[in-house]
Amino acid sequence: MNREAAEIRPGQVPTPSIVISGVTVRYANGVTAVNDASFALGPGTICALVGVNGSGKSTIFKTLMGFLKPAQGLVSIAGMEVRAALKRGLVAYVPQAEEVDWTFPVLVDDVVMMGRYGHMGFMRLPRKADREAAEQALERVNMLEFRRRQIGELSGGQRKRVFLARALAQGGQVILLDEPFTGVDVKTEDQIVGLMRELRAEGRLMLVSTHNLGSIPDFCDQVVIVNKTVLAAGPTESTFTQDNLQKAFGGALRHFRLEGASLHADADERRVTVITDDERPLVFYGDRDHEKPAAGRKDGQP
Amino acid sequence: MELLLEPFGYQYMVKAIWVSALVGGVCAFLSCYLMLKGWSLMGDALAHAIVPGVALAYLLKVPYAAGAFFSGLLAALAMALVRVRTQLREDAVIGIVFTTFFAVGLLIVSINPTSVNVQSIVLGNILGISDEDVIQVAIIAFVSLTILLLRWKDLMLVFFDENQARAVGLSPTRLKILFFVLLSACTVAALQTVGACLVIAMVVTPGATAYLLTDRFGRLIAIAVAMGVTTSAVGAYASYFLDGSTGGLIVVFQTALFLLAFLFAPKHGRLGARRAARVGGAA
Ligand SMILES: Nc1ncnc2c1ncn2[C@@H]1O[C@H](COP(=O)(O)OP(=O)(O)OP(=O)(O)O)[C@@H](O)[C@H]1O
Ligand SMILES: [Mg+2]
Repeated sequence: MNREAAEIRPGQVPTPSIVISGVTVRYANGVTAVNDASFALGPGTICALVGVNGSGKSTIFKTLMGFLKPAQGLVSIAGMEVRAALKRGLVAYVPQAEEVDWTFPVLVDDVVMMGRYGHMGFMRLPRKADREAAEQALERVNMLEFRRRQIGELSGGQRKRVFLARALAQGGQVILLDEPFTGVDVKTEDQIVGLMRELRAEGRLMLVSTHNLGSIPDFCDQVVIVNKTVLAAGPTESTFTQDNLQKAFGGALRHFRLEGASLHADADERRVTVITDDERPLVFYGDRDHEKPAAGRKDGQP
Repeated sequence: MELLLEPFGYQYMVKAIWVSALVGGVCAFLSCYLMLKGWSLMGDALAHAIVPGVALAYLLKVPYAAGAFFSGLLAALAMALVRVRTQLREDAVIGIVFTTFFAVGLLIVSINPTSVNVQSIVLGNILGISDEDVIQVAIIAFVSLTILLLRWKDLMLVFFDENQARAVGLSPTRLKILFFVLLSACTVAALQTVGACLVIAMVVTPGATAYLLTDRFGRLIAIAVAMGVTTSAVGAYASYFLDGSTGGLIVVFQTALFLLAFLFAPKHGRLGARRAARVGGAA
């Protein structure tokens, strides 16, 4: 069943890409979660997927994983249909914490090894290459010392890193991360972001849903803003603007505007806008969007 | 000493011992999966859902196992379908489907009173099992065991994380159907040994016991299967002396092991947990 996946040699890895065009996704209960959405992403990209709760982020992930079939439109990954891309092990998925059964009797090692199944034979017996890949992946996320732990016996941030290691071990060229920063401290977040930057440098494509608006300009070069459809998509500088966010979030954001006198007592009439959906506030200096927004830090560093 | 070896002098006892062991082993294998998904009652439901199939099989004079298997499979698929199409909880779905099947079965039996010995279905009759039935049970058990040994990791992945199963190119739907086919087949086999009422124990207790003893799925299976084989063989053996129901004895032995694990398991048992807490507190 996995012959194709096993036969991918390093030289033949297809260039990662995601193309979604005119996609409408409906659930069995008739709810149209995503309507006529389109965006395209290429290799060497970290793309943020942002939107309010229920705007269809997880739905888009499920569609990319072949779990939901679009009622209309086309989805292609690395130039292939979703099924073909999955068969070749091109897509790795880091699940939201709630989706995992933490009481399941598997060790960290076992979970990471699950990423290698596509590379193994019919009976999934790990070979040397698989053990090495798993070990390297654990090393990269700094979790090697926990490899013999049952997965439920880890902290939230450690759990995230295990699943990230699984995606690494799989060698997926397209990596989907559903809210990887929820419940993760700043140190771990920086670690994950650092790792994602490395993966981008290797040419991989990552799609990340997050409510941490503040850190997006830090590490994402592309942004897709959704609310039942794609409101805006493109490079961070031109897409991640106050206007677009206002459209997407409306009243859902906490919005502080510090103007004139309350900011400083001189004649500078520029103002500071702080937008926060979750933890790291997004700060705009002035009202011109093309000025590079500076990201606020939870730990108080500028 | 001679007394202890006495059962081995009777062919029917030898047969009962190895058939029980075989069935106990496969059911224990399946129990590892069922228990983790909260589907434990599925085994019970299937065992009862099989009754109409058996009744019809007698009526139409086709092999009894075939009828049982198809009605079990039908019930499993019906449960899966109702589960997917509605938001009903597992227990409600299982309850509705299995009582419906059982009722239909009783209806058929009551219309054709002589056709089936319901008691042998409900209580099992391993000591009086016919050679034909032995062959049927043995084939079912061997085929299931082979498939499980080849695919246990894929099934584990599907049960643990369907998305990842898909991401490595597996088809969760196909593997789940495979699992339910195996479960239906093995339930039919288990009916013969312990009867419909006690099948549930065979497909729950070994997995639940092993879960208390290990954190690795491979070992979980090994422990559960070892336990299933041993308790079933010993149960069948002991029924010679106690002159009691084989099914009852097998389940009593399994429960005894579960209690031991519950009390003394190093990590998850009651005493073990207390000791660990003390050691942890002292360190
Ligand atoms: N299984 C389901 N059946 C029916 N409707 C669903 C289902 N899952 C989600 N929906 C609906 O689809 C819409 C999009 O949900 P989705 O889970 O994609 O949101 P999200 O953007 O991931 O939200 P969050 O930020 O809360 O994770 C919501 O309106 C939700 O109610
Ligand atoms: Mg979501």
